[in-house]
Amino acid sequence: MSRAESLAVRAPSPLWTFGLLRSELVTTFRRWRTLALLGVLAAVPVLVGVAVRIETRGGAPSGRGGEGGPAFIAQITNNGLFLVFTALAATLPFFLPMAVGVIAGDAIAGEANSGTLRYLLVAPAGRTRLLLTKYVTTIAFCLVATLVVAVSALAVGALLFPLGDLTTISGTQITFADGLGRALLIALVVAASLTGLAALGLFVSTVTNSGIAAMATTVGLLITVQILDQIPQLHAIQPYLFSHYWLSFADLMREPVYWDDLVKNLELQALYAAVFGSAAWARFSAKDITA
Amino acid sequence: MAPYESDDSTSAGEVDDLRSGRRKAARYVVPVAVVGVAAATIGLVPALANSGDPSLPKITAQQLIEKIAKSDVQELSGTVKVSTDLGLPNLGGLESGLLSGAAKGRDGSSADPASKLTELASGTHTLRVAADGQDRQKVSLIESAAEYSLIHNGKDVWGYDSKSNEVYHGTADESGRKQHRNEVPATPKDFAEQALKAADDTTSVTVDGTAQIAGRDAYRLVLKPKHASGTTVGVISIAVDARTGMPLKFTLTPAGGGAAVVDAGFTQVSFAKPAASTFDFTPPKGAKVTEEKDKADKRGERSHEMAPSQKDLGKSGAPKVIGKGWNSIAVIDSGAKGGIPSSSGKGDLSGFIGSLGDHVSGKFGKGTVFSTRLINALITDDGKVYVGAVTKDALVKAADAGR
Repeated sequence: MSRAESLAVRAPSPLWTFGLLRSELVTTFRRWRTLALLGVLAAVPVLVGVAVRIETRGGAPSGRGGEGGPAFIAQITNNGLFLVFTALAATLPFFLPMAVGVIAGDAIAGEANSGTLRYLLVAPAGRTRLLLTKYVTTIAFCLVATLVVAVSALAVGALLFPLGDLTTISGTQITFADGLGRALLIALVVAASLTGLAALGLFVSTVTNSGIAAMATTVGLLITVQILDQIPQLHAIQPYLFSHYWLSFADLMREPVYWDDLVKNLELQALYAAVFGSAAWARFSAKDITA
Repeated sequence: MAPYESDDSTSAGEVDDLRSGRRKAARYVVPVAVVGVAAATIGLVPALANSGDPSLPKITAQQLIEKIAKSDVQELSGTVKVSTDLGLPNLGGLESGLLSGAAKGRDGSSADPASKLTELASGTHTLRVAADGQDRQKVSLIESAAEYSLIHNGKDVWGYDSKSNEVYHGTADESGRKQHRNEVPATPKDFAEQALKAADDTTSVTVDGTAQIAGRDAYRLVLKPKHASGTTVGVISIAVDARTGMPLKFTLTPAGGGAAVVDAGFTQVSFAKPAASTFDFTPPKGAKVTEEKDKADKRGERSHEMAPSQKDLGKSGAPKVIGKGWNSIAVIDSGAKGGIPSSSGKGDLSGFIGSLGDHVSGKFGKGTVFSTRLINALITDDGKVYVGAVTKDALVKAADAGR
């Protein structure tokens, strides 16, 4: 913070934004709450990996393993890299967005709750810049959380299962290096899938002064949307729900890649980010800061 | 994203309350405008994309049919969307469970083409097709986070179900090759071939303007049964690529009106040679491989008429066709007295199936009619099955005549 403050004596310079961002990132990632969330996320692939390992230890892989469970789970025993995809498919519906909801909901309302928002605004950062910084921090958390799941899954997969060339879901073969590249791309797409929810959470966070209320509302909205997405009678509105195309990341494992749903997903996330980002700006920049 | 220049409102204390209130409200114009622009884009872009039908030189129906016949597209890749709405009773997962369960019972692999194709019988599916000459074709059924691929490369035919990691392996010899292709009536071309085969002097064939399908200019060929009394088929419309003569879209509307029963069309197509690696397949490690057993006697029953072969669970002999053109009816003697239960239920399942049909009686005796929006089937109590794209009355009449 010290370097940033010395710069801030005069008119805010572009560097000031980075100083603010750095201090935000450090504050967010040093919280016990954040570390605990990341720990839980890292534990999911361990659980899945160990469970699959124990299940298939007795000999032949369980015959019809593919009928239930998250995507790609049938292939894990043959190639540990598939644990990355399975872990992301298992955490994306709930664990990952819940963690993002907690961080996003806490972003503004948490500061207001603990009475530090006033002091943040005393520094000549400007409200828009502070909001942007908070959003970038939340997106950074999306990326870190996704990578934690992916890296943990890769480590567990390499420890418990063989690695090597893999078969795409279209039946063609790709090399292990190519597979790793796709795993990274999938992690990026999964992180991008969460940006819409991050913007929604940030907006909720500007509406209330209670951090807990903002987190609960965001996670509540997440659950509501997930339920709405399951009701067949609502198929007309489902393409506009932010979680609708989340599992499209699996399309990156097709050969050739099937882009339609992936592009729709990214467009939808951009739309949510634009709508709720500007709504958060409209709310926050005109808000009376009392705490 | 939010613009920077509005930061000054932090000093809201300087302006009077009325002005600041108005400015506060004015800020919400931004998200509302974003929603508006998005809604307009979603609404307008498809409308603009379909701007007008292309103008193509006039062509007669006869010339167009010849064009389809001459069409010799060897290399292509593309995406096909197939929607089928047969109006089967909506039983949720139970129905597909029954159907695929019945098909699976034959040789117990979810990678068997027969068990997968039953899934195409209802709902909307996305397929990817690729072909490179006679010897190499691939059809993939895109599922959520999984895919079913049927790959024909040289003398091998592979089915791969990525969800269960199961592989089905068969071989294609000279005679088998064509049948294997017929097994997958999924592309508009396959549907069009079937329809044109049925089109004889009982059909009126016309060219009805042009259309743009998957970014390509196409003629629209319309087939209508001339004697619309007996058949349930209303109109068949086929969009034919103007350059290559390949059918790009096939739509079958039932005589009863409503949504199309079958609607299969390319959403994206390319006539370039697909990458050779597309057709390479080696079973992944640990995958369960099922070899095609005694294929000779399986082929016959699998290649045509999915509907009856499901209904009689594969016990049938070869079907006999009565009638002509659109009114033709396939007759299968399942040989099983009692057939599928209209009266004598064997257990819960048979009673359940019986309850789905309508009981009819006539000179032929008693039977049960199972109807969909296109295909109707009459199963008589003495084990005969009458199937066709005809009305219930026509089926009963045929059964009476066959007596």
